[in-house]
Amino acid sequence: MHILLVLLKKEFTQILRNRFLLLIMFQMPVIQLLILPLAATYEMKNISMSVVDKDHSSYSAKLIDKFTASGYFKLNSYADSYEKALESIEDNTSDLIIEIPENFERTLIREKKADILINANAIDGTKAGLSSSYAASIIADFNKDIRETLLQPGKLNPAPRISITYSNWFNPTLHYPTYMVPGILVTLLSLVGGFMAALNIVSEKEKGTIEQINVTPVKKTTFIVSKIIPFWIIGMIIFTLGLLISRFVYHIYPVGTYGTLYIFAMAYMIAFLGLGLLISTYSDNQQQAMFIAFFFLIIFILLSGEFTPITSMPDWAQKMTKLNPLSYFVEVMRLVMLKGSSFRDVLTQFLTICGFGVVLNTWAVLNYKKTS
Amino acid sequence: MNNKVIQTENLTKTFGDFTAVNTISFDVYEGEIFGFLGANGAGKTTAMRMLSGLSTPSSGKASVAGFDVYRQTESIKKNIGYMSQKFSLYEDLTIRENIELFGGIYGLRGRLLQEKKMALLKNLELEDDQMKLVSSIPLGWKQKLAFSIAILHEPRVVFLDEPTGGVDPITRRKFWDLIYAAAAKGITVFVTTHYMDEAEYCNRVSIMVDGKIEALDSPDRLKITHAAGSMDEVFQQLARRAVRKAD
Amino acid sequence: METIIVENIYKYYPAATKKERNKALNGISFTVKNGEIFGLIGPDGAGKTSLFHILTTLLLADGGRATVDGFDVVKDYKQIRKRVGYMPGRFSLYQDLTVEENLQFFATAFETTVEKNLDLIHEIYIQLEPFKKRRAGKLSGGMKQKLALCCALIHKPSVLFLDEPTTGVDPVSRKEFWQMLKSLQLQGITTIVSTPYMDEANLCDRIGLLQNGSLLGIDTPENLTRNFGKPLFALKAEQMYPLLLHMRAYDQTATCYGFGDYHHITFIDPHIQQADIRSYLQGVGFTEPVEIRQIAPGIEDCFMDLLNH
Repeated sequence: MHILLVLLKKEFTQILRNRFLLLIMFQMPVIQLLILPLAATYEMKNISMSVVDKDHSSYSAKLIDKFTASGYFKLNSYADSYEKALESIEDNTSDLIIEIPENFERTLIREKKADILINANAIDGTKAGLSSSYAASIIADFNKDIRETLLQPGKLNPAPRISITYSNWFNPTLHYPTYMVPGILVTLLSLVGGFMAALNIVSEKEKGTIEQINVTPVKKTTFIVSKIIPFWIIGMIIFTLGLLISRFVYHIYPVGTYGTLYIFAMAYMIAFLGLGLLISTYSDNQQQAMFIAFFFLIIFILLSGEFTPITSMPDWAQKMTKLNPLSYFVEVMRLVMLKGSSFRDVLTQFLTICGFGVVLNTWAVLNYKKTS
Repeated sequence: MNNKVIQTENLTKTFGDFTAVNTISFDVYEGEIFGFLGANGAGKTTAMRMLSGLSTPSSGKASVAGFDVYRQTESIKKNIGYMSQKFSLYEDLTIRENIELFGGIYGLRGRLLQEKKMALLKNLELEDDQMKLVSSIPLGWKQKLAFSIAILHEPRVVFLDEPTGGVDPITRRKFWDLIYAAAAKGITVFVTTHYMDEAEYCNRVSIMVDGKIEALDSPDRLKITHAAGSMDEVFQQLARRAVRKAD
Repeated sequence: METIIVENIYKYYPAATKKERNKALNGISFTVKNGEIFGLIGPDGAGKTSLFHILTTLLLADGGRATVDGFDVVKDYKQIRKRVGYMPGRFSLYQDLTVEENLQFFATAFETTVEKNLDLIHEIYIQLEPFKKRRAGKLSGGMKQKLALCCALIHKPSVLFLDEPTTGVDPVSRKEFWQMLKSLQLQGITTIVSTPYMDEANLCDRIGLLQNGSLLGIDTPENLTRNFGKPLFALKAEQMYPLLLHMRAYDQTATCYGFGDYHHITFIDPHIQQADIRSYLQGVGFTEPVEIRQIAPGIEDCFMDLLNH
């Protein structure tokens, strides 16, 4: 125990003296949390559209108005022909083409239905998907309006009208930061846990000081614990910092309790530190450790459900997310912050993460050999 | 003579099909300054790592301070000091913090640690510099500090791996003063070096060539048996055979 | 004819502020004559490598001038790079290329071919030839050194810079290396070599003793030892450590250092007699037989003497 205290004193002294490291560890989360949610957003504004209006009727004008009034779309140009409109897509001045055919108004009034063409530039698939769905909902709205004008109730179509209103449960305004911030917090903790701890140990290997430790009676478990504790504490500090920023900058309050979040975060940090330590036992130098850590981190982040939903992944990928500690944390963060889940609700995830922690740390301890 | 503090019998270490250390057998007595000589790549560091519990032998027997190198490495580590070629001090800690760290690791605490720390600082004349980071002090200081820390807990044996590389002649000699003083206190010193004049400071010397011990005796007797005027000549004679074989 | 002229070269270590700067090289001045082997002797951190970097145009000095073969190291660096052979401190050849491939690479880099200057390196190359298909990383220390020397000579340089070529190499190869240098000298190549080994100093025509960025002395080895200026005694006994302690405690002792199997001691009074030393030792209870001889100082003795002043 005394030896552990002695080692901890050394670790903290070294960390506090390392200006560069401190800068990265505390400024990084602040910057990431302040910039990313605001900058990397799915909310589309200023979708620029090019309109080919072959009808020039009051209905076609009304439709176009509805698009521009929504605030999401910007009218870039009126084109004479579809080919002209296509040119504006090719030189990137517009993202979307709307073509209203000849006799649009006449067809609509006579036959009670008409077609228009919407073409979106899908080089950016996400943008195209979202633009199209905005367009579709604007058109649905337009349909509602004209139905009320064109179809007198009871005269032509006695079917009951069902109007659908929808709202987004747990995040009604689709406030993007609410969605992203928990995910970013998780990534930050993973970076500190995975990367920093791994690099720290490997740098001792490189400098040769680890050999000096190996030749002393220090038990390897003691040594490993002395590495876990400081980074765990730093992880918790960063987590708190992140939650404070969420609260005061983005006004994101967890619907569930902070307690649940912290308990999970604490277990998660230990698990991820275990991963970092494990990586360090397999690496001889910092370069190797960084590449291995990066490899894992990127796969974990992309497969975590932070940016893309797990449910839309193919089956094999969904199975892989079960092995990804990040996916559990992202899920729990959102459940607790947005849905208000209690600790009991996330017990399964908590136990899974504890399982990860036990396996990874045990593996790391077993793999670390004082005698080669 | 006194007790044997290191005993080896046909100690061997192989890496794949390369035999780094080839059935070496020797004993080291308590309080000796034992020089372990050999060219680079002869197997000195590998042998030393086996004796200090950093590496498991492939075959053969050895014991250090009465403990077996296969099964009792942790007990060996409690009773030895070690100074690697890189000196292995923490560069981002101060002189004082390094002393307190390693002292603490070896179980020194409280008043005892304080006394030993002050004695060390006084001995090396570093009292006024104790708050300096190790990264900022000259190489000669690091060397003496690393050695003093290695014997702070008064181990039975201290292993030194090429401790005098790269320092000026005066610093080198001041370092050997420290070794002399340690041996006088009863600490056995096991030192590897490729400076042949340093071989003369040792009570006995062994010379390793291609993983085998080709000579083991006091410097004076070695010079007589090899009809040589200096340890350098003795070494040249023995090493010459190896260089022809090695490449 | 002076092949290398160094005038008052300064170099500062990088530091946070100008005030904190320390000098890596502190006003170095010396010359190397055509065709000589000049040794730069000094321990790690003395400034040898920095000086070499400056003379081989790899580093700019903060002050002073230097010329190599008549060319200024700053203005005419391109000319110097064509005619200088350089063997840096650490093994600098390509570990995963074979002996042959390394030689070919360097020959091509200097716009020549291996065959063209083979006669120059012939003596050394025949030792390497059996291994010409072996990767450089798999050679022994001595072989690597020979290969590095060949690569430095492949373009028939007029000046050879060797930075600690024998460090980390076994004593037998070290001796062979110096023999090779002597025979290269016969071919007219000027060589400047740095080494921390004092015994190699005697193999040079002239040497410069470098410590902490300053030259303590420049001369032939013979002159330097001749200028030692005081008698040097060597003492030996069965119990060397107690002898050392006693001699240090002796009020007549000026300096007392271990030197392998003897202690080298200088005294305050140059006319001191052996009898005085013996009676002192008897007086403090050191009764075992002591061998006392007067000896000629070696380079290391001179170096340490200069260090002490």
